[in-house]
Amino acid sequence: MRERQTFTLREGRAHLPADNMHYRPLNELVHAAVARGATHLRVSGVNGQRYLADGLRGDLALEIEGVPGNDLAAFMDGPSVEVFGNAQDGIGNTMNSGLVVVHGSAGDVIGYGMRGGTILIRDHAGYRVGIHMKEYAGSRPTIVVGGRAGAFLGEYMAGGLIVVLGLGAGDRPLVGDFCGTGMHGGTIAVRGRLEEAHVSPHVRVSEATDEDRALLAPQLEAYAERFEVPLALLEDERYWMLRPASNRPYGNKYAI
Amino acid sequence: MYDVTARNISGCGLSALMSEEGRRVSGEAIISSIALLHDRGNGMGGGFAAYGIYPERAEDYALHLMYYRPDSRDRTERILDDSFDVRLAEPIPTRPVEGVPAGPALWRYFVQPRPGRAGTQSKDDYVLSLVMRINSEGIGSYVFSSGKNMGAFKGLGYAEDVGRFYRLEEYEGYIWIAHGRFPTNTPGWWAGAHPFTLLDWAVVHNGEISSYGGNRRYLEMFGYRCTMQTDTEVVAYLLDLLIRRHGLPLEAATAALAAPFWHRIAAMDKDQQALMTAIRQVYAPALLNGPFAIVFAHAGGMVGLSDRIKLRPLVAARKDDFLFLASEEAAIRLMCPQPDLVWAPEAGEPVVGWVRGGSLEGVR
Repeated sequence: MRERQTFTLREGRAHLPADNMHYRPLNELVHAAVARGATHLRVSGVNGQRYLADGLRGDLALEIEGVPGNDLAAFMDGPSVEVFGNAQDGIGNTMNSGLVVVHGSAGDVIGYGMRGGTILIRDHAGYRVGIHMKEYAGSRPTIVVGGRAGAFLGEYMAGGLIVVLGLGAGDRPLVGDFCGTGMHGGTIAVRGRLEEAHVSPHVRVSEATDEDRALLAPQLEAYAERFEVPLALLEDERYWMLRPASNRPYGNKYAI
Repeated sequence: MYDVTARNISGCGLSALMSEEGRRVSGEAIISSIALLHDRGNGMGGGFAAYGIYPERAEDYALHLMYYRPDSRDRTERILDDSFDVRLAEPIPTRPVEGVPAGPALWRYFVQPRPGRAGTQSKDDYVLSLVMRINSEGIGSYVFSSGKNMGAFKGLGYAEDVGRFYRLEEYEGYIWIAHGRFPTNTPGWWAGAHPFTLLDWAVVHNGEISSYGGNRRYLEMFGYRCTMQTDTEVVAYLLDLLIRRHGLPLEAATAALAAPFWHRIAAMDKDQQALMTAIRQVYAPALLNGPFAIVFAHAGGMVGLSDRIKLRPLVAARKDDFLFLASEEAAIRLMCPQPDLVWAPEAGEPVVGWVRGGSLEGVR
C-alpha cells in the first residue's frame, strides 16, 4: 500500500489517483484537496477504500472510478458523488443531504438511518436497504433501486421514499422477505409485481393513485435521465405503494 | 502501516478462489486479496487452506501439527509412530515475518494408517479418531490439518503476514481459502485462527455461531472433540458428519446448517416441503444459529454460504474457469479486475463450485 500520494489541482478540479492506497491517506488527500479549493474531484483507481466522502459538506462533486469500499458517503451533507462501478455495503449511513449515483449494483445496508438527500442505484441492491430512514420538515430522503432489492427493505422505516423498479430482475422477486417490518412512516413503491408473502403485516399495500404517481414522477425522471433509460418504460407500469398500517407497530408489544 | 489504536468496528474478512479446471496457482494472489481486507481483521489471527499442494504425496494424509510445550513433539510422535506409517516428518517451512509473534513449533507428517490398526473403521474414521485424541490429550499438541494433498496454514498476526510467514507463494493450489480474524468472544491464539479443518474439509467464517454449545454437544455424541476454543470449529466437524459420514447431498447439508424458515417451507411444493421438514427435524442440532458467512472447501470443490438472513456479507464472481468468493467485491477485483460475472448470493443459498470431475466421493 502506498502511504502518501499527491493530487493535481487546476481551476477547482482535482485528480486523485487512488491506486493501491490505504483508505486513510486517501481520505486525507480528499480533505486536503477540498481545503485547497477543489470543488470537483475525480478519484481514479479506487478499489475497496472505505469512508470516501464521509462527512463532506458543501457544493462538491466527486467522481469515483472503481469500486469504493464500505461506508461511502456516510454522514455526507451536500456533495454529489458518482460511482462508475459497483459499490459495497453501507452507502449513505445517516446521510443528511446530497446525491449518490451508482452506475452498477450496491451491497447491503444502503441508506441506513438516512435523513435527507438521494441515492440512485442503477442495478440491484442488497439486504437491509433504507432501514430506519426518517424525514423531518423539508428533509425527505429518497433511494431509487433500478433492479431488485434484498430482504428487510425499509425495516423500521420512519420516513422518506424508496422506489424499486425491478429492471433486469428476470423472474426473481423484486423485494425480499420481511419488507417493511416495523415500518411506521414513509413510503415504498414497487414497480410491476409484488408478492404478498414478502410484505410485513405492518404494511398496507395499495395500487398507486394519480397523487402517488405525481410523487414518483420526479424520481423516475431522475433515474431515466441519469441512466439513459426511456421514461415511458418506467411510467407504463403499475406501482404498488407500501405504507405503514400504523404509526406504532409495536405499541402493544409488551402489553397484556 | 497504521497504528490501529482506534476502535475497529469490522468483522472478519474472507477470500477464496477455485479453478474448475484444477489449474494450480501460487498463494500470491490470495495473500494480496486478504491483505486488501486487512481492516476487517485486527491481527489476532489469519490463515489459509490450499488444495493440490502436495501432488508428490497425494495419497498420504498430511498432518500439520502445532506443538506448544517442549515435550509435545516427543509425546505426539510416539502416538503417530504407533498409529501410522510415517513416510516423512519435517518442520513446516516458515520465514521470520514482522507482525507474526513467536508461536508453537510447527511440524508436518505424511502418513498412512498402519495396516490392521484401523480395524473395522475406514481409514478416514481412523485418522479422525487420532486427530481428536491428540487434540484432547492435554499434551499441548494440536492437529490443525489432516487431509490429503491439501493443507491449512494459520497463526497469530494479520493474514497477509501469516501467509508470508508460511511462504505460501511457494505453493500451488487449485483452491485457496483465506481468513483475516477479528475475534469477538473467543481468544486469539494460533490454533484458534481459521481455517478449521478435518480430513479434506476446511472452513473459514465471518460471524458468530450462537448455537455453538448445542452444536458441540451434538458432535460429541459422534466422537468429535472441540478443542480449539473457537465457534467455527463445529462447522468443520458438522460438514464431516453430515456429508462424509451420513452421506447427505451437499444441498441437504447446507439446508441443515442454514435451514429455511418454516414460513418459506410452507410455501414450497409438497415434495420439497417434506424434504425440508425432515432435514429440520432430523438435523435440528446441526442448525447454525447466529450471523455467518462461511466458505468451505473439499478436494472436489468449494462452497460459499451465508446465514438465512444474511447478517454477514458475501460476494461471488466468475471469470473463465475461476470462481471467487469474498467478504467484499474489492477483494475479488484485486485478484481478477474484470470478472465475467459478479453477484451477491441470496441468504442461505449456497454458491457451489465443483472442480471438473469433482464430487463428494473424495470425502466419502
